[in-house]
Amino acid sequence: MAVEKPLKPTWITLRPRGLPFSYRLDRRVPLVALALLAFTLAVLVVSINFGQYNMSLLDVVETLLGTNADHPDARNFNLVVHTFRLPRILVAFLVGAALAASGALMQGITRNPLADPYLLGVSSGAALVAVALIVWLRDLPISLLPWGAFGGALLTAGAIYLLAWKRGSSTPIRLILIGIAVQSVIAAMTTMMLLFGDINDVQQAYVWLTGSVYGRNWEHVHTLGGWLLVFLPVAFLLARSLNTLNLGDETAKGLGMRVEWQRGLLLVVSVALAAAAVAVAGTIGFVGLVAPHVTRRLVGPSHEGLLPVSALFGGALLVLADLIGRWVIAPSELPIGIITAMIGAPYFLYLLYRHR
Amino acid sequence: MATQAKSIARNTTRILGSRALLLPGLFVCVVLLVISLLWSITLGAADITPEVVYTALFNFDESSFDHLIIQTVRLPRVLAGVVVGAALAVAGAIMQGLTRNPLADSGILGINSGAAFAVVLAVFLLGNPPLSVYALFGFIGAGAAAALVYFLGSVGRGGATPLKLTLAGVILSAFISSFTTAILISDQETLDKIRFWTAGSLAGREMPLLTQTVPYIFVGLAGALLISRQITTISLGDDVAKGLGQNTVWVKGIAAMIVVLLAGGAVALAGPIGFVGLVVPHVVRFIVGVDYRWVIPYSALLGAMLVTIADVGARIIIRPQELPVGVMMAFVGAPFFIWLARWKVKR
Repeated sequence: MAVEKPLKPTWITLRPRGLPFSYRLDRRVPLVALALLAFTLAVLVVSINFGQYNMSLLDVVETLLGTNADHPDARNFNLVVHTFRLPRILVAFLVGAALAASGALMQGITRNPLADPYLLGVSSGAALVAVALIVWLRDLPISLLPWGAFGGALLTAGAIYLLAWKRGSSTPIRLILIGIAVQSVIAAMTTMMLLFGDINDVQQAYVWLTGSVYGRNWEHVHTLGGWLLVFLPVAFLLARSLNTLNLGDETAKGLGMRVEWQRGLLLVVSVALAAAAVAVAGTIGFVGLVAPHVTRRLVGPSHEGLLPVSALFGGALLVLADLIGRWVIAPSELPIGIITAMIGAPYFLYLLYRHR
Repeated sequence: MATQAKSIARNTTRILGSRALLLPGLFVCVVLLVISLLWSITLGAADITPEVVYTALFNFDESSFDHLIIQTVRLPRVLAGVVVGAALAVAGAIMQGLTRNPLADSGILGINSGAAFAVVLAVFLLGNPPLSVYALFGFIGAGAAAALVYFLGSVGRGGATPLKLTLAGVILSAFISSFTTAILISDQETLDKIRFWTAGSLAGREMPLLTQTVPYIFVGLAGALLISRQITTISLGDDVAKGLGQNTVWVKGIAAMIVVLLAGGAVALAGPIGFVGLVVPHVVRFIVGVDYRWVIPYSALLGAMLVTIADVGARIIIRPQELPVGVMMAFVGAPFFIWLARWKVKR
């Protein structure tokens, strides 16, 4: 959709000695990345500062750095910051990073700037299992929810891929049509559970479906962080083959690439990232769509820079959305998924308007 | 997306390969629909024989309890199903032609999310309104959302291009839904009252509600048949349509209004029902190809049939409770559709 300006030859090339790959970044990448990091840190401090328990910005920074030992309220500060406020904000950041990277991958794989991480049914599969767990097995330890949602997401994506597989390939057309059918069955089952469940559980399920980071703790940070530590680097390494794929299947084959295999691998990474994020925070919309879009305008379309900067942008966006969600109707809060829709929708309308 | 729609057309073979079979096929569909209607009327809490159904319809006896059930409960419900199914399938077919997007249905115009928001708002503010108020608010919400989507999707140069329409629809739907959700998760009472409506159901639809909404749908269906030739042209692409001398701005505007009448009427009558609008047009194109003069009548009949059969399932599968027809339809229709897509999409 966005008409890219002709690319100026402004690249930074990285060739790690002794390693069998090189990396080429747009010159804007480091600058944008630093700006995003600085922004995230600033919002993080403000966000930790915000809440029922009052503390100064300086106290927040000192508590984070661990240099507040002689302060009379140090124990309270530590409790509020490290136990209540920091983990959920970190979860927001990680979820945003995962969804944005996943969305950037999916847009690259399908060559469709409107694809989002949920294209292969990750959200509906995760939602079904999560709602089932919330509505049916009510006394379940909450820590099982992410694993169930993750399983549901992977199963659905796998089912769509396999059902669309025929004579050695899954064409995009069959993927789309069969995706419609499978997702509508799953959505129907979810609806049924929402209809017949106890109203309190149903409301809780609704919050989960909208996407929320309320009450997330260090366990969630560690689980999601672990996934990202594995899959984000893989995504970054695959960025070059994504660039090649974007030249078209024929060209990519001509350049000696195993197209089906690479595409499959990229899909797995994309689904894994989205599934991990959904498992921890529910089906948050728009981040996976918006973040790669904005990032493409900031650092250009080459995936080596696009993927990591998208991840940073997604993280920053969710940290901000989380703060807004807690602030807008304080002392209660709006789920983060509602805020992302309220931010994301006007952005796209603005795009529409600009590119008329 | 446009290319995906084209390649679907190019890579499938029609089931009714010969044009001579199209009209007889339509006739077969009508017969099948009538049979499924009668079957549907016989089933329920009290099983009624087909003979009694026949006499109740054509030789009504006010003193007979069965006749009363048929005339006041079952017939309206079955008719509602027929009308809703036909309307949604035709609306979906038009939207897919107009936006050249295989994933489009009337929901793309923001109709379902607009209706849902208006109805949730009505319940939130008014407490416990009757079904006719649901219908009124649903129709208004659907119309307003569609108008807004169409306006936003057609600002500026190029008018309402498929991409802009689709984008505006998806975005506005998500935006409106976020407000709906905000109400639902903060107000449990509204959520409890609304959850059956939002799943889409034909339960308790009686004659007065039907007579309120059906005229809109009939006008929409007639309009759809009238502009079917233009829809075929426009589904080939804006440039082709303009090259053939079509005033695309008018055609798109009128088509959008027809969709609002159809889908708005359907959502007012039965709540937001998914699946029919999305899947039936695909099935129809597998059968008759891409000529909308045939796609539209076939969509109407098959849509009506699907909803009727799904409603039977919805009523009897967990008797005496009921499933929403929208849920049942996905269970009935999806496996068939998967099989069809695997069989028919060659590449």
